[in-house]
Amino acid sequence: MSTPPLITVEQLAFERDDCNVFKPASFNVEAGDIVQLEGANGAGKTTLMRLMTSALQPTSGALLYKGRPINDCRYEYLDSILYIGHQSGVKMTLSAEENLRWMSPASVSSAEITQALDAVGLRGFADMPCYSLSAGQHRRVALARLHTSKAAVWYLDEPFTSIDKQGALALQQQLEIHVQQGGAVVLTTHQNLPLDGLRKYIVESHTDLGVQP
Amino acid sequence: MIAGSQGFAGYLRRDLLLAYRRRGEVASPLIFFVLVSTLIPLGISPDSARLAELAPGIIWVMALLATLLSTETLFASDYQDGSLEQLLISPQLLALPVLGKIVAHWLVTGLPLTMVSPLIGVMLSLPAEGLLPLMASLALGTACLSLIGAVGAALTVSLRKGGLLLSVLVIPLYMPVIIFGSAAVQAAVDGLNWLGPLAVLGAMLSAAVALCPLAIAGALRLVSNN
Repeated sequence: MSTPPLITVEQLAFERDDCNVFKPASFNVEAGDIVQLEGANGAGKTTLMRLMTSALQPTSGALLYKGRPINDCRYEYLDSILYIGHQSGVKMTLSAEENLRWMSPASVSSAEITQALDAVGLRGFADMPCYSLSAGQHRRVALARLHTSKAAVWYLDEPFTSIDKQGALALQQQLEIHVQQGGAVVLTTHQNLPLDGLRKYIVESHTDLGVQP
Repeated sequence: MIAGSQGFAGYLRRDLLLAYRRRGEVASPLIFFVLVSTLIPLGISPDSARLAELAPGIIWVMALLATLLSTETLFASDYQDGSLEQLLISPQLLALPVLGKIVAHWLVTGLPLTMVSPLIGVMLSLPAEGLLPLMASLALGTACLSLIGAVGAALTVSLRKGGLLLSVLVIPLYMPVIIFGSAAVQAAVDGLNWLGPLAVLGAMLSAAVALCPLAIAGALRLVSNN
């Protein structure tokens, strides 16, 4: 018997004001996959991603983790995912180091925190409050979580926003290493990523008007 | 794994640190409480007999308004910067971190109010035998107010101008607290047994500690589902 896929999305749909945000989505995410959610602005990429993280409850359809409905293994699933959204949860009044400490598992040592901040190019900025950092540096604080997290599945909503070229390259390499080690990545971006194993899923808006706030 | 650092104690510590970083803003309910209380003798009468009669009620109303003032922001910044969403998808019971946040909120609003209340009491000519009951009732009562207010704050967190709705939602629920809170002080001033009303406040606090975090967890899930 073949093992069930890591994550199965089955006819997942979400209604807002009695109207489906996007056409019901069905696809699988296997270990080693990088799945890029593509679609026009407002097509519902973020909504689909939030459904997949179980932050949103779907109106219909199902989300399966290793073949089991998400509600039967919620904590196990949540323990194995990491989500970085548009609003990344970085606190302005905390320093980069404090933010990363807070967002990392308790088992992560201070040395690993420092290493992670170095790796995303925030050496020398670790003790500065985040309100004095630039937008790109905020993103880097959030992305430093990828170095400290033990999660197998990464959900990244527009991870390349405000990141410079070098940072974007480093991030792409990191994604490749993660999937080579048996992880999986689901991300939204409008960039064309030259990555091996990249699969695209087109999120289609349900209405012709399509534009959702 | 994550629950280890981010449970009740984690959120308590984090929110205290965040409050410390923006202490000017956090102190505003306390400053409101003290400043407005100084206006009472000017507005009503400096006559100590009249003030003493009104003091329990006035101090309690001030404390209630000061708490309400600070309640709106309880979940607002977490909602805006995405921390709330991270909390919702963390593998743990939502009620515990929520309770941690509320305890932190009480430590920076209700507790300071309680500590300065004897000063306000003296200023409003509250008889000395009313000061201890005032502090005791405020300590229990403001904790109730923080818990109840947090339910309203959770329900209105996604609204851009939720302040008015929040007041409309929680003030009816504040009513029993203010009734028994000021009754305890009044009873002490009148030389009656004030432990009765205080016990009722304690019972309300126990119920609120048990139920409000669950209600808030439900409300946050509901509100974020859009």
